[in-house]
Amino acid sequence: MPKRIGKYTVELETLPAVAGFAAVVGKKESEGPFGSCYDQCHTDTTLGQSSWEKAESLLQNEAVHLALKKANLKSADINCIFAGDLLNQCISSTFGLRSLDIPFLGQFGACSTMAQTLAMASLFVESGAAARAAAVTSSHFCSAERQYRLPLEYGGQRTPTAQWTATAAGAIILGTRDQYKTAGVGVQAVTFGRIVDFGIKDANNMGAAMAPAAANTLTDYLNDTGTKPTDYDLILTGDLGLVGSRLLEEVMQRNDKDIRPVHRDCGLMIYDRKKQDVHAGGSGCGCSAAILCSTILQQMGAGKLRKVLFVGTGALMSPTSSQQGESIPSVAHLVYLRS
Amino acid sequence: MNSERKVVLLNITKSEYKAMVKSASPNSHYGRDIFLAFVIGGGICALGQCFLNLYLLLGLDEVAAGAFTSITLVGLSALLTALRVYDNIAKYGGAGTLVPITGFANSIVSPAMEFKSEGFVLGIGAKMFVVAGPVLVYGTAASILYGLILWFFHLY
Repeated sequence: MPKRIGKYTVELETLPAVAGFAAVVGKKESEGPFGSCYDQCHTDTTLGQSSWEKAESLLQNEAVHLALKKANLKSADINCIFAGDLLNQCISSTFGLRSLDIPFLGQFGACSTMAQTLAMASLFVESGAAARAAAVTSSHFCSAERQYRLPLEYGGQRTPTAQWTATAAGAIILGTRDQYKTAGVGVQAVTFGRIVDFGIKDANNMGAAMAPAAANTLTDYLNDTGTKPTDYDLILTGDLGLVGSRLLEEVMQRNDKDIRPVHRDCGLMIYDRKKQDVHAGGSGCGCSAAILCSTILQQMGAGKLRKVLFVGTGALMSPTSSQQGESIPSVAHLVYLRS
Repeated sequence: MNSERKVVLLNITKSEYKAMVKSASPNSHYGRDIFLAFVIGGGICALGQCFLNLYLLLGLDEVAAGAFTSITLVGLSALLTALRVYDNIAKYGGAGTLVPITGFANSIVSPAMEFKSEGFVLGIGAKMFVVAGPVLVYGTAASILYGLILWFFHLY
């Protein structure tokens, strides 16, 4: 059963197992540093679909199918799927997964969705509510641009602090430890974050808005468990980008918790920032999902990484709230993965 | 109250954090941006002048030649937007591609392309002026105001 430790953290005693995982990405992501790690790379940004929304739905659908295939399962074997994305009413998830016939629970956590869905799925498995549960999320540069920003062909300039929404999806299938005794990777603890708002209003600097949320959740977890950053092989945030990563490290240092030796950020990993013209790095639900569901879980499976704190960060604003001059509330959820 | 709690937790005040954000955020390359805007914007204007001279040479009067120049630049900008080229120039041109009439054309054609997937009425028709709309509204309002002032002074 899940056991609460400290004020904010929940420990999973049975270590729900990662039975399968997959990442599907677009062209720009496949040209990034981890291009060879993804399960499927699309060279056509439309994925052969008539709208960007359909393209993103397909990304998510493919990620789940590939993860199921790698876990040697059918969709009927999954008791529950947690899914979310950036689009209004989470239509990438609902339309992408409607053919799967799996009990569906939609989630919105902005770019923290991978951590949120993974945490929920692991709790369901741990508690016995599901024998197998799935977590999936996606984002698409073009569908996000049209909803949050400006038309693609509009001639505008991006600020140096802006992040590039990744065209990517990632899915993870979790199962009970009884079924997967030999599975390498499991979820040991989760910490759900509180909403933090330091008054940042610039929607082109989301890393700055989200960094305090990441620091807050990470501090909660470390305090609850009585551990220190260097007890872990990797603290993986997603997706703070260049500005947010700097700020997180600075905030943590001020709180006497130096994370610099073990910290990496998915937003800084997914692209070659200098060559690919992405300014402060990547963002979007799919960014951390694709990095986690490829190189990180692969390295954990191979035993190269053993203790990983995955901290998904989300900026919880909408175009309406930004237009009304509101600041950006943020949240970060933490999942402790162990192999 | 909520923010006060966070301040204690992370040992940082909102204003301290704002200062941290400022120093952590890279600035725009103003020198480079201004230079490119000057060169590319100037280039568009020079191109306009070429068209104007050409039309005058072809025997049009000044008013007609000016109108034809605008039409040509708008047409070219719309074409380059449709060919997905204009935004790549604007990435470097900045205000240089935004301010001339070509930027206005781009701001109307790009939403028309983007929202085609929602159909001719609710997509193209409804969203075409989503970027240019404010310019039209306040441009028209300003011209009415200007007209009134002009009318008032002509009374005397």
